[in-house]
Amino acid sequence: MRLIPKEIETLWTLFTAPVVWVVHFLACYVGAAIYCAKPELIGLSFSAVRAGIAAVTVIALSLIALSAWLAWRQWGFGTDDPPHDDPTRRDRTLFQGFATLLLSGLSFIAVIFTAMPALFLTGCIR
Amino acid sequence: MGQYFSLSAASLLLASGFAGARSVLEPAGAEAQQIAILFWVMLSGGAVIWLGVVALLLHSALFNRRRLAEQSASRIILWGGVVFPAVTLCALLAYALWLMPALRPFAQASSAALRIEVTGRQFWWEVVYRPSRGPPVASANEIRLPVGERVELTLKSADVIHSFWIPPLGGKMDMIPGRTNRLSLMATKSGIFRGPCAEYCGTSHALMAFSAVAMEPEAFRSWLAAQAIPAEGAGASGGALFLRHGCGSCHFVAGTDARGLIGPDLSHVGSRTTVGAGILPNTEDAVARFIARPDLIKPGSRMPAFDMLPPGDIRAIAAWLRGLQ
Ligand code: HEC
Ligand SMILES: [Cu+2]
Repeated sequence: MRLIPKEIETLWTLFTAPVVWVVHFLACYVGAAIYCAKPELIGLSFSAVRAGIAAVTVIALSLIALSAWLAWRQWGFGTDDPPHDDPTRRDRTLFQGFATLLLSGLSFIAVIFTAMPALFLTGCIR
Repeated sequence: MGQYFSLSAASLLLASGFAGARSVLEPAGAEAQQIAILFWVMLSGGAVIWLGVVALLLHSALFNRRRLAEQSASRIILWGGVVFPAVTLCALLAYALWLMPALRPFAQASSAALRIEVTGRQFWWEVVYRPSRGPPVASANEIRLPVGERVELTLKSADVIHSFWIPPLGGKMDMIPGRTNRLSLMATKSGIFRGPCAEYCGTSHALMAFSAVAMEPEAFRSWLAAQAIPAEGAGASGGALFLRHGCGSCHFVAGTDARGLIGPDLSHVGSRTTVGAGILPNTEDAVARFIARPDLIKPGSRMPAFDMLPPGDIRAIAAWLRGLQ
C-alpha cells in the first residue's frame, strides 16, 4: 500500500483546499464565539481556545500543503507552462493541476489570515 | 471596529468644517492617537504602492516597450503579484490586529476610577456618572471626563440602535437595545469635542449630538462635586412657571418637585455647552426658541411644542434654566 495515492482523476480534488479553509474558518470563529458566550460550558481558559486555534491551524495548513503537493505533481511539477488550453486529455489534467495549486496557495494564505487574531487577542470582549 | 476611516470621509469632514471641532486626525485621546497613526500608515503605504504601480505602468508604456520573455514575465507576476501583496497584507493585518487590544482596552476597564453610563434615546443622550467614591450624578447631552485618567463608558439604548462616537478621543461603539456595550477612553488633552450619533436612528438622527469636555482632573472633580448637589437657581419665578406648565412631568430638576424621567435631566442645564443635544448654543434665546417649537428645531422629537404659552413665561423659564449652573 502506498502512502500518497496515485494520481486521482476527479474534479473534487480541486475543492479540497478551499473546503479545508471553510472548515478551519468555522472552527475558529464558531469555537471562539461559543467560548465567549458560555465560558462555563467549556470550562477552559482563553489560552486553551488560542491553543485550539493553533492546533486546527497546523492541521489545516498541513492538509492544504498536501493538496498543493498533489496538485503540483498533477501539473507535472511545472514542466509545461500555462495556459494548457488544447482540447487534449493531457492539457486538461495539467490545467486542473495548476488551478488546484493556485487555489491551495490562496487557501493557505487565507487560513493564516483567519488564525492571526488569535496571536494578539488575549480575552473575550465583554 | 470596522469603522476605519476612508480618505473620502476624511476630506468630507474637513470640508464640512468639522475640523474646527477636531476630527479623528487631530487626536486628543490615547485610542484616537492609535487610530490616527493607523490611518497615516495605511495612507502612506497605499500611496507608495500606488506610485510604484503607476511608475511601472508609465515605464512599460513609454520608455521600455520591448516584450519580456514569458519566463521573466511569469517571475514578475509571481513576485510582484503574489508574494509581495501576500507579505504586505500579512504585515498590515498583523499591525492592525496588534493595535486592537490597545484600541479596546477592556481588561483594565474594570479598574477605572470613573464609570459613565450613557443611554441613547431618540434624539438625546442620558448620562449618569458613577464615580468609585461618592453618589451617582445624572446629566444629559454632555460628557465630561478628566484628562489623563481612564474612563469606562457603559453604553445602552432605550429605543433603537444609536452609536457613540467622540472622534478625537476614540473609535465608535454601537448602543444596542437590550445590550450593554463597553468602551474605555482616555483623554490626553483638554478641550471641547463634538460627539455625533453615528448610527441612523430616525428623523432627527443628524441633530443628535453631544459635547465632550475633557478637563484637568482637579477641575473635573470639583465640577462633579458641584453637580451632585442642586443648583442654586436664579429667578425663582421661572421655576414656579416650569412646574405650573407641566415641564416637571418629563424633566428632572434636583431640589425641586420636577421629577419626570422622560426627557433630559435639567438640574444643571445652564452649565452645559449646548442645548437640544448638541445642536444649539446654550443661550437664553436658544433655550426659549427650543421650548416654543422643539418640533421645528428637531423634527420627531418627543418634546411637545409650548408656543401657546405667553412669550414672557417662556423667557422667564429660559432665564431660570440658564441659571441652573
Ligand atoms: C412630554 C415630555 C416633555 C415635556 C412635557 C417637556 N419636555 Fe422638554 N424635553 C423632552 C424631551 C424628550 C427632550 C429631548 C428632546 C431631544 O433633544 O430630542 C426635551 C428637551 C428639553 C430641553 C433641552 C435639554 C438639553 O439637554 O439640551 C429643554 C431646555 C426643555 N426640554 C425644556 C422644557 C420645558 C421648559 C418644558 C415645559 C414648558 C418642557 N421641556 C416640557 C420632553 C418633554
Ligand atoms: Cu441616535
